Amino acid sequence: MRTLSPRTVTLLSATFLAFLLTACGSQPPAPEQNPSGVESRNPSVIETTPISPATTTPGEAIDPLSMKALRDPNSPLSKRSIYFDFDSYVVKDEHQSLLVAHSKFLAAHANMKMLIQGNADERGSREYNLALGQKRSDAIKKALSLLGISESQMESVSLGEEKPTCTEATEECWAQNRRGDILYSGEF
Amino acid sequence: MKIQSLFLACAACCGLSITSAHAQLRVEITGAGANRLPIAIADFAGDRTITQGLTSVIRTDLDGSGMFRLIDGVGTLSDNTNPPFADLKQRGADAVAGGTTTASNNGRFETRVRLSDVIKQNTLDMQAYVHTGAQLRATAHRIADAIYEKLTGEPGVFSTRIAYVVKSTGRFELQIADADGANAQPALASREPIISPTWSPDGSKLAYVSFEAKKPIIYIHDLATAKRHVAANFKGSNSAPAWAPDGKRLAVVLTKEGGSQLFLVNADGSGVKRLASSSGIDTEPRFSPDGQFIYFTSDRGGSPQIYRIATTGGTVERITFDGSYNVTARPSPDGKSLAYIARNNGRFQLALMDLATKQTQILTDSSKDESPSFAPNGRMILYATEIGGRGVLAAVSSDGRVKQKLSVQAADVREPAWGPLVK
Repeated sequence: MRTLSPRTVTLLSATFLAFLLTACGSQPPAPEQNPSGVESRNPSVIETTPISPATTTPGEAIDPLSMKALRDPNSPLSKRSIYFDFDSYVVKDEHQSLLVAHSKFLAAHANMKMLIQGNADERGSREYNLALGQKRSDAIKKALSLLGISESQMESVSLGEEKPTCTEATEECWAQNRRGDILYSGEF
Repeated sequence: MKIQSLFLACAACCGLSITSAHAQLRVEITGAGANRLPIAIADFAGDRTITQGLTSVIRTDLDGSGMFRLIDGVGTLSDNTNPPFADLKQRGADAVAGGTTTASNNGRFETRVRLSDVIKQNTLDMQAYVHTGAQLRATAHRIADAIYEKLTGEPGVFSTRIAYVVKSTGRFELQIADADGANAQPALASREPIISPTWSPDGSKLAYVSFEAKKPIIYIHDLATAKRHVAANFKGSNSAPAWAPDGKRLAVVLTKEGGSQLFLVNADGSGVKRLASSSGIDTEPRFSPDGQFIYFTSDRGGSPQIYRIATTGGTVERITFDGSYNVTARPSPDGKSLAYIARNNGRFQLALMDLATKQTQILTDSSKDESPSFAPNGRMILYATEIGGRGVLAAVSSDGRVKQKLSVQAADVREPAWGPLVK
């Protein structure tokens, strides 16, 4: 693994760090991370038909299957990212409850569509990484269809290595970029 | 005609850089060929504000190719005077070019160039170029191309263009520049990534993948009109466009039927049909120059390797066997060799395989090489790599001897594509 000197780090913008190469090796994502790909995107570009943010007052209960729940930090529906191990395209058991919550939401909103964006870390060929990201989004789509969701309600695509949420050349960062993100109608 | 006499061995490295007023890219030559033809480009007669610009670009072109060693100090030589052959021979020059620029009507100039063989003391070539002052660089590239072709027997590529993507904060630009990096012009600017630009065989269009709709979609962009159309936007991902040599079809990667799979599609987006099938990933297609085969990357054998299939479909043949990661196949213009990216001990490096002998040579000592692209004469390979944590473009001769680096100040450059020969 290559390490960066502090001087080098200061010379580089965070953007360029996204494309730093390091050799192989990785570890599973840190358990507490929740970098949402949705939140990192520019609102003026992405929200062509904005969804009203959740405006809850303390004590007010939100219908767990309502549109507001999508943005309610207390709702599992606000969690949109599924993380994968290095060189793995299998949805881990720990993400199953999250997918169940999303499948219930989709079932309750037949007119809502879901876009699943797969991602890969930046090592290697861009087009091959695009195909690896597709394997991740396809795996999430398959898991949701096993939960009864119609293929016509979902589209799985890949952003490859092009949209990293974490831009440091560390194994922890790469783990955050080996990810599938869930977006709903109005968010893409 | 090819001058074969007196090729001199030269192990010296040149430390040369050029920047023009409009140059976005900076070219640095970090190595040089072992056998370089000694040539003198004399100062041309005529208006020095014109001729100095011409000869400066001609010299830089020829020197940067790694095929020539420039002999300095021969002074001014017009196209219609006999070269001082004895003096040139003493200086070690095998060939000499002299020329004259004269003003003609409407602010135009005529530049006449004579190329002579110093050993045989005869004229090899006489050419006349009519141009404006604004066409100085383009004219110089054409003169350098003519000299290059006369002396090496291969077409020069100094008049060709390159495409590449520049990433700055929150912005992606698909740019077109001259092969030396000058005259960079944006063809497309986007807040979302742009990847895999590739030139149509006639050089009039670029196919590329844009993520502006939150998913990869293939566009074809006409450079003269700046108009573009969607070539592939099916459900799922659409990526990795590759032009057929006739410019009528593209090989593309679609996921509409599950997995990343190879399809053929007409350039207008019609007539999509499946080319190959696998249970895993098939991607990065590229036609052989004769249009008979499509080289591609597939993990069907367990690790990403390069395969090829006939354009009409059928049996798939594995091409690479060494190592566990060989991707991004690019056949050379003569179809005899294959540039690709190989992973060696965690380093991604540009490799070149002789397709007849299967012998492979690693051409670089960098560790994050991507996206190789042959010059249309097959002599150089342009690729993306990383230096100091920043994306740069580099070029290496197909024998590995000449190395060039092109970088944009304060930006990240990637996804180079070398355009075809200018007709």
